[in-house]
This record gives sequence, C-alpha cells and structure tokens, in this order.
Amino acid sequence: MSMTADAMPGLAPGEESGKMAVMPPQKPAKTGSSSLGDAVFFNITRAFALIALLMLAGIIVSLVYAAWPSIQKYGLPFIWTSDWNPPAEKFGALIPIYGTIVTSIIALVIAVPVSFGIALFLTELSPAWLRRPLGTAIELLAGIPSIVYGMWGLLVFAPIFSTYVQPFLGSTLGNLPVVGRLFAGPPIGIGLLCAGIILAIMIIPFIASVMRDVFEVTPAMLKESAYGVGATTWEVVWNVVLPYTRVGAIGGVMLGLGRALGETMAVTFVIGNTNFLSSASLFEPGNSITSALANEFGEASPGLHTAALIELGLILFVITFVVLAFSKLLLMRLAKGEGSKS
Amino acid sequence: MNLHQRRYLTNRVALALSLSAMAFGIFWLMWILWTVLDLGIAGLSLDLFTKMTPPPGASEPGGLANAIAGSAIMVGLATAIGTPIGILSGVYLAEYGQSTWLGNVTRFINDVLLSAPSIVIGLFIYAVYVAQVGGFSGWAGVIALALIVIPVVVRTTENMLLLVPNSLREAVYALGARKWEVILKVTIRASKAGIVTGILLAVARIAGETAPLLFTSLSNQFWSLNLNEPMANLPVTIFKFAMSPFTDWQQLAWAGVFLITLGVLAINVAARVLFQEKR
Repeated sequence: MSMTADAMPGLAPGEESGKMAVMPPQKPAKTGSSSLGDAVFFNITRAFALIALLMLAGIIVSLVYAAWPSIQKYGLPFIWTSDWNPPAEKFGALIPIYGTIVTSIIALVIAVPVSFGIALFLTELSPAWLRRPLGTAIELLAGIPSIVYGMWGLLVFAPIFSTYVQPFLGSTLGNLPVVGRLFAGPPIGIGLLCAGIILAIMIIPFIASVMRDVFEVTPAMLKESAYGVGATTWEVVWNVVLPYTRVGAIGGVMLGLGRALGETMAVTFVIGNTNFLSSASLFEPGNSITSALANEFGEASPGLHTAALIELGLILFVITFVVLAFSKLLLMRLAKGEGSKS
Repeated sequence: MNLHQRRYLTNRVALALSLSAMAFGIFWLMWILWTVLDLGIAGLSLDLFTKMTPPPGASEPGGLANAIAGSAIMVGLATAIGTPIGILSGVYLAEYGQSTWLGNVTRFINDVLLSAPSIVIGLFIYAVYVAQVGGFSGWAGVIALALIVIPVVVRTTENMLLLVPNSLREAVYALGARKWEVILKVTIRASKAGIVTGILLAVARIAGETAPLLFTSLSNQFWSLNLNEPMANLPVTIFKFAMSPFTDWQQLAWAGVFLITLGVLAINVAARVLFQEKR
C-alpha cells in the first residue's frame, strides 16, 4: 500500500516533468482548438439525436395535416362507420380497423403459446450444442422480408389451406354452438384467418427471441433452488422463471402485436382486399388498414379519398405507437428490476 | 394417479409441447425456404440480369435488370444517408445522453420508431415530399428507406459503444485527450465491428421493404437511373407480378423473391459472423 503510494508519485512526476518539458509550447494552442472541437462535436451529435424527435413530430403533424379534410368532414364516426365507397365519397374505417384487429388477435393466439414453447425449449431443454444454431435459425426467420411471406402465403399456403385445412375446420369447429360461426362459409383460402396465420408465422420469431432473452435474465440460483427442492423443469419455468420475467415476456408479446398491427405485405397478399363483410366468419375475405393503403393509395384521387386513407394511416400509427411504447416501458421495467436484484 | 405421477406427467406433456413448438417454428422456416429455393432457382437465368421487366402479354420473357439496378441504387443511397445520421445520434445517446432528458426521450422514441409500421413512413414521405414536389420519384423512396435505416443504426451504435469498457476511456483521458478525440479515435474504433454489423442489419432490413416504396418511388417498367422519376425496384415489382394472373410474371416474381431472400440471409449471416469474430 505505502509502497505503491510512494512509488507512484515518485514515478509520475518524473514522467510528467519529462513530458512537460516538451509540452508547454504546443499545449495552449492544442487546448483551444480541442475545447472548440469538444463543443462542436457535442452539438453536432445532439442535433442528430434530435432527428428522432423531429421525425416523430413530423410524422404526426404531417399526417394530421394531410388527413384534415377527412377528419373535418367525417369526425369521430369515421372510426365506426363501415361504408367505404370512394365514388360516392363515403368513407368509414370500421372494416379495415376490424380486419387489422382480428388478424392481429388470431396471430397472437397462435404465436404466443408457440413462442413460449420455443423460448422454453431454447433456455431449458435444448442440448447446449443445438442452442446456438436453433436460436440463429429462429432469428433468421425474423429477417426474411415480409413480401416473401406474403407471396408464399398467396401462391403456396392459401391453396393448401383451402383444400385441406378449411374444410376440416368447418366440419369440426364449425359445428360448435357459438365458435362455429367463426368457421362457417365456403373455404376460399385467402381471408382473415389465412392472414392471421401468416402473421403468426411472421411474429413468432420476434416474440420467441425476446422471451428467450428475458428468460435468460432469471438468476441461475433461483432456478437451482427450485430444482433443489425437487421441482420439475415445467414447474421451474411456470412457477419461477415466468413470474420473475412476466413483465418482460408481456413486453415481448406487445412487440409482436405492434409488428402484427403494422405489417403490410404479408397481409395484403392474403387478406382478400374487400370492404364488404357479410358475416362473422373468419373465412371471409376482408381488409386491414395496411392492405387498404397498399391497394388503394396509388390509385386514389387527390382530395377526400387520399385524405381518408391518410387518416387510416394516422389511426394505425397512433395504435401501434401506444402498443410499442407500452411494450418498451414493460421491457425497461424488467431491465431496471434486473439491475436492483443482482 | 398420485401427486408424483401427476407432476411427472404434466412435466412430460409440457416438455413435449415445447419440443413440438420448436419443430413448428423450424417447419415453417424450412417450408418457406424450400419453396423459395425450388421455384426461385427454376426462374434463374441470365435474362434476369440483362433484360427489362416485361409489359403485360409480352411474347418473350423479360428480366428484372431495371428493378435490380433500382433497388441497388436506392438501398445504397439510403444507407449512405441514414448511416452517418444514425451513428452520430447513437454517439450522443451513448457518450453524452446517458441520463439527460433528451437522451432518454430520444432513446425511447427511437426504439418505438424501430418497430413502427413502415407503410406509415411511406405515407409521411408522400405527404411531405411527393405531394409537394408533385410526383413519385426515386429520391422519395431513398428518403423513406433512409428513415428506416436511422433507428436501426442508432440502436446498434449505442449498444456497441456501451460495450466499450470505461477503463479504456479513462486511459485515453489520462493521456490528455479531449472527449471528442476519445470518441472519434478510440471508442468508435473499438466498436467498429459492432457498428458495421448494425449497418449490415439495416441494409438487410430495407432491402426487402416494400410498403414504404409503394407511395414514394412507385415503380418503373423501363430502365431509368433518374432519381427524380419513378424508379423500378425489386420489392414493388415482385408485389405487382405476384398478384398478376400471368404465370411468366409470377415466375419472375419467384426469381426476384429468391434474389432478395438470398441477399438478406447472406447479409444477416455475414453480420453474425463479423460480430462473433469481434467477440
């Protein structure tokens, strides 16, 4: 202790003075330009950091401005009116909003349990040598562009779906009292259910990789304690890991929901793109906010039609922003808890 | 059935379900990749890279040359514009804005924009650029894609800079360096591989983006390198051709999907390898 304390000052001044002898002539000039450099660099990076804020403000302001004619004319009832008739200039967003919400719910119903299973497999069951390749494969699934899912869904999946899966669902679930109405009607392949399934395949990787990451946050000691008192793997996951990471896992689900709500191409290909809905059946073709935009915006006449479509986009942005912000808050809460507990 | 048996059985059933969930996920990946490979390779030919996209009912099969070139130009320019902005903004978040309100708010909004629907970005650029300038153009597409690049690069830059140990920064300060010198000459260099990984992931992300291009660059049936006019690009061409009733158009769409998937997966793998080596 005293040795180093003595040795250090003894060494440092020698070094320092050796340098000092050389430094003085250049040092003042260098300090001046450097502190200027500091201020300039700080302000440049801060200006660019502001871009994210400006972008958000810009998106909201410009969409509200461009949608104003429609907002002014139709008001709040725009959201629950189902009449979408461009030639007659009658616009109501109910069918696209319904389509967006229903397809996202179908996607979540399928994707959440599957993602949980995958995360469970990757964190607890998988042999160590398989963990990395399987994890990478799931992440690659997330990297495939959505247009690939869409085209595959339309040209490969939908025909198989209408020939084999839909008749089966219609003859089994279709006969149940209340649920049956969801699976009635002719099996035409494309429609709300098909879009929901394709969305589910798309968001499984997102939810699964977030869940895997948050499951890994669980301290090994907690799990080992549970194993130590004789819990089975399932009991450890269900009673220890999941409660511990609940907030983060929900954050992952919300992230997937945000993706599903805003997904365009995968849905546009397979949803059927019609603004009429005659029954509650999930076999019906429909429309989502994103598919309405993708199909109609290019050909929309300037004026009310364009404004109404932009208002749809604005509604979508607000919904996804709320969902994603919520997801982010939950994930941040988990990260904070992790810091305090470890 | 006693308690022990029930617990044992529950565990077995749960684990079996978990295994089948994993198989379910891999099954779709394999099916999609196999289809893309199978139908995509069948559509590959030299014409794809030398001929233009065909008009409806053309007698001879066309190619995708203009779409490939357009996509490459737009992705390249968007990356060139978005990357510096993203890196500087990420530097601010990691080095200056750890606990300032601007840093926290920016970080939050950036993460939300990271997953925001890309079609809304397209609408935004339509409202502020296309509608003002008076026509669809390649530049509008480039700007829309650049806006998607920024959040991805910001996120990875910040994460990578935070991985640089503080002792390294302190060592450089101790030599008398200024903060901007520390950042530019040491921390950014130390996290170069990670930042490049982020840029690659951003390129992979925008290479397949279709929605933001629909109302910005539109598409163009002909060869055009003029960024002030509608520009052909692979995703929108695939969308148009895949939805068409013509089998030769669908064939071209499969070939295009094959090229995009191959490119995106290759970039993803390259990014991973690069990041592994760094570690």
